[in-house]
Amino acid sequence: MAIPKVCGIETEYGIVLRGTGDSNPIAASSVLINAYVSDLQRRVGWDFEDESPGNDARGFAREGSMPPEVETHLVNAVLTNGARYYVDHAHPEFSTPECADPLQCVLYDKAGERILTRSMEAAARVLPAGQDIVVYKNNSDRKGNSYGCHENYLMDRQAPFPRIVHHAMPHLITRQIYTGAGKVGTETAQPGGKEVSFQLTQRADFFEEEVGLETTLKRPIVNTRDEPHADAQKYRRLHVIVGDANLAEVSTFLKVGVTVVVLCMIEDDWFGDKDFTFASPVQALRRISCDPGLSEALPLADGTTATALDIQWEYLDLARKYAEERGLGGVGEEVGEEVLRRWEEVLSGLETDPMSLADQLDWVAKYRLIDGYRQRHDLSWSDPKLAAMDLQYHDVRPSRSLFARLPMQRMVTEESVTEAITEPPPDTRAYFRGRCLQRWASCISAANWDSLVFDLGTDPLRRVPMMEPLRGTAAMVDSLLERCSEPAELLELLGS
Amino acid sequence: MAEREQKKKSAPARRAEEVEDVTPVSSEQGEKIKAELDELLDEIDDVLEENAEDFVRSYVQKGGQ
Repeated sequence: MAIPKVCGIETEYGIVLRGTGDSNPIAASSVLINAYVSDLQRRVGWDFEDESPGNDARGFAREGSMPPEVETHLVNAVLTNGARYYVDHAHPEFSTPECADPLQCVLYDKAGERILTRSMEAAARVLPAGQDIVVYKNNSDRKGNSYGCHENYLMDRQAPFPRIVHHAMPHLITRQIYTGAGKVGTETAQPGGKEVSFQLTQRADFFEEEVGLETTLKRPIVNTRDEPHADAQKYRRLHVIVGDANLAEVSTFLKVGVTVVVLCMIEDDWFGDKDFTFASPVQALRRISCDPGLSEALPLADGTTATALDIQWEYLDLARKYAEERGLGGVGEEVGEEVLRRWEEVLSGLETDPMSLADQLDWVAKYRLIDGYRQRHDLSWSDPKLAAMDLQYHDVRPSRSLFARLPMQRMVTEESVTEAITEPPPDTRAYFRGRCLQRWASCISAANWDSLVFDLGTDPLRRVPMMEPLRGTAAMVDSLLERCSEPAELLELLGS
Repeated sequence: MAEREQKKKSAPARRAEEVEDVTPVSSEQGEKIKAELDELLDEIDDVLEENAEDFVRSYVQKGGQ
């Protein structure tokens, strides 16, 4: 049986420091995150009297071991909701805590946006007059520079990687029709010099390989990073780098939700001899993105052709049968049903009247808005006003965001989003991490995805391993935590 | 090469529009969205960045992942 698909999203935001000629994005990102963290300290009214100055973290901690490519001395905070907030590749990056299902992922992804908004407000209070920092939840500067929004999915180590590649790739290529965040124009030369007014995704322009380890150049459709942040004997973490950062909650929900369903089906070897491999996957990714009419049939390896919609319908058919026979335990039953329902609704909408989805999907919402403006003012698609609107759609400031002005469907309440800014999800190990940081941040010297390191001042550092993503939940540790008034008691009881 | 067989059948007659011609709004839901869009377009100039050209030119990011 497919294992529960613990999932998460990490987003690199675009960043601009305004009001100065010298805009260093790494410094700006550090200012942004430090401002948020300092503001948090002030806001919760932490008592600093008995604290040592080295311990500057309240509700967050410096992370211990980091992958070498991000081994920097930059800001790196772990928040009380279990998320990680740090500077990566000259961008502020927010990683959601481990989420138990796709809907929870939507919640924490949205909480991430609110944290960035609060960070900008906090930064404005510490920056010199006339300067401010603005962040954008997009994936491209329209000049050939891209930054990512990666998804992570817990998978059974026993699922053979070639099988994952084989059946995940056609899905990752064709899901663009509902996951795309939209882009005016392109950043790569098109075959035959074809003009592209508008494409479905931010990211398709930047993918050059089918499978590989890279994330910053020669990006592959299926990434092979094998770093589970969990028991490596039992699990793998599928790191999906080909998606767009979404603002629309339905887009995020389907991006993660359908992918979770497909990965469950792959684990259970549900595809049999069904094969939707594209003849030229990289070309298919780009051509689908550049075809908002959704009409182009592309060659498959087996000699037939199919449109992106065709393949999504085939995957949905298989998923329906899978749900009937095997259930959706790996997705979360109720959430799984909602994924299937919305998936079908969106495919039907895309087939008959894509614009009817303007309140659900990012690319449709953006297209509708920009094309409406274009027609009203009789502009050409190359007018800089439209490119500016494209960027401003992703502006995270509520007062300037074009997305925020659109009547989009919500999947989570704003009240629950506000709570998720500080509270961890109850049903993954993020709960243990978050609760410990809320109570004993000054005694935690390092927090990582798979461990917490306590520094009680006297003994050597004490490490609490968290190799099981579904342990450390509220159900498992609440009564334990309630019994402990000091971290020493907790460590005693845990035997760490 | 022999003509390729098209994989899927359930879809209605395929459209073959130009890139710009995404199907126009027709449904009731679409009408509602259209009305809201018109309202938004009436006031959007107030929030748009003042100098679009400068704004787009100066938005430069370092590449990331």
